[in-house]
Amino acid sequence: MSALLDPTSELQPAQREALPRPQSLSDKRVALLDISKPRGDVFLDHLESRLGELGIDARRYIKPTFTRVAPVDLKHQIVSECDAVIEALAD
Amino acid sequence: MIAVVKRDCATCQLIEPALAELKRGVALQVHSQDDPSFPATIGDVIDERELELSYRLDIEIVPTLIQIQDGEESARLVGWQRDDWRSMTGMPTLGAGLPEFSPGCGSKSVEPGMPEKLAFKFGDTPLGARRVDVASQQDEHELMFERGWSDGLPLVPPTEERVLKMLSGTDRSPAEVIGIIPPDNVPGTIEKIAINAVMAGCKPEYFPVVLAAVEAACLDEFCMHGVLATTYFSAPIVIVNGPIIDEIGMNWGHNVLGQGNRANSTIGRALQLVIRNIGGGRPGGVDRATLGQPGKVGFCFAEREHDSYWESLAVERGFRPDESTVTLFAGGGVHPVGDQKSRGPESLTRSLALTLRTVYHGKVYGRTDAMLVISPENMRVFREAGWSKARFREELDEALTVDGSNVIAGADGIAEGMPPRLAEKRLRKFRTGGLLIVHAGGGAGMWSAIITGWGGSDAVTVAIQS
Repeated sequence: MSALLDPTSELQPAQREALPRPQSLSDKRVALLDISKPRGDVFLDHLESRLGELGIDARRYIKPTFTRVAPVDLKHQIVSECDAVIEALAD
Repeated sequence: MIAVVKRDCATCQLIEPALAELKRGVALQVHSQDDPSFPATIGDVIDERELELSYRLDIEIVPTLIQIQDGEESARLVGWQRDDWRSMTGMPTLGAGLPEFSPGCGSKSVEPGMPEKLAFKFGDTPLGARRVDVASQQDEHELMFERGWSDGLPLVPPTEERVLKMLSGTDRSPAEVIGIIPPDNVPGTIEKIAINAVMAGCKPEYFPVVLAAVEAACLDEFCMHGVLATTYFSAPIVIVNGPIIDEIGMNWGHNVLGQGNRANSTIGRALQLVIRNIGGGRPGGVDRATLGQPGKVGFCFAEREHDSYWESLAVERGFRPDESTVTLFAGGGVHPVGDQKSRGPESLTRSLALTLRTVYHGKVYGRTDAMLVISPENMRVFREAGWSKARFREELDEALTVDGSNVIAGADGIAEGMPPRLAEKRLRKFRTGGLLIVHAGGGAGMWSAIITGWGGSDAVTVAIQS
């Protein structure tokens, strides 16, 4: 028997359960997150208008660049101000 | 006193009478590295075939004579020097019939590969990585594939001996953290990087280059997470500058961007294995490349510095010519430029610009980067015309600036393009500082190459620590 050294980080990736989806958006505030990809704003403009017609409160947020993960302050702001988030993820 | 000897050493055999004489005069332990029946005239030779004492006392030459006082080593002699042995032992007639001097031989504990084996065997290993046992019936190569450690090609099995040998390529502690490795953002220790460098096929002398490349990849401005996660083609491309190029035998000449040189091929691969195994970045996982490109296995090359007319990439980026550096560039594939007719710098500059304008998309400006690899035959045109690198950059920049109206969305019946509000502006092709220029390649061939860049990352350069 021989032995090799483990080249990995040897960490179990953190498994986080997603929160249950809200049954309804009434009385909820929805974050609309633009990651700064082309035409993400077009998609979110449309969603914002549709949510407005349904009387649902929506707030717009924008990442400085799609190439990097969201700044921690932005994530914290969304969590503290909203109940759900819709992200315009890809073009 | 302690004497360490071996039968396979003419000097050890020569001084057998002196050892016997010494044994009668002082408290002496004789340890034999290869044969406990040698020296036959000494009654109680200690079997040192396991080499533990030799390892712990750091014996490099036999015979070695060590004086111990109060449990500590107070003096040491290597080889046979009659006067020194007489002086240290206080026996003025020791070895009367022997020559004055005879050099020793290499200790068995320092034979090739042995220090690493002994370090592991006697518990002094600095390694903390988990051991993965391979059953005697198991194929270790298949095991590595099954565990997902491979980029698709065979790996060198990372045994403890090999990893210790890799670590000999640096003075830095195996526990030192070089950086936080994306995408999982876990600490990248020198030990873990060494394991991956072994698997990639690196030699220990390449290891400082690998460490610098990993350090560079962890810098925020390089944005390795984005380089990996984007649907674009990008990979961390490693460009090496400075004296280390020749010290480790890197290729800067023929087929410089291709296969065939161990250092070029394995350094780039080691960085990608670090991202894969330590960082957890794998195709289809966080690596979301739509198509990818072959250089994602590893892409590393050296600049051709010795006969370049221009300052090197590293010098241009603020380093001295005698410093060794790595530059990381988030690059896509290689795009050839073939101009067989330009003999003047103006024409060749416009030729290069024409192809550079197609990088990413012919109508997208100011959003991307590129690296231009100038071959010796193309550089000759600029050298003969006396164009400095700064002059070339200036002229090239002008040739890469166009009227916005030609490249706005909808122009030429193509929806892709720049916002219409820029129609009246002059637009530059690349981001400021986004065009890197290096000299490389074989002596013949009127080619240059463009390595397409990704605008989400800034190129970074770091010094290589020896």
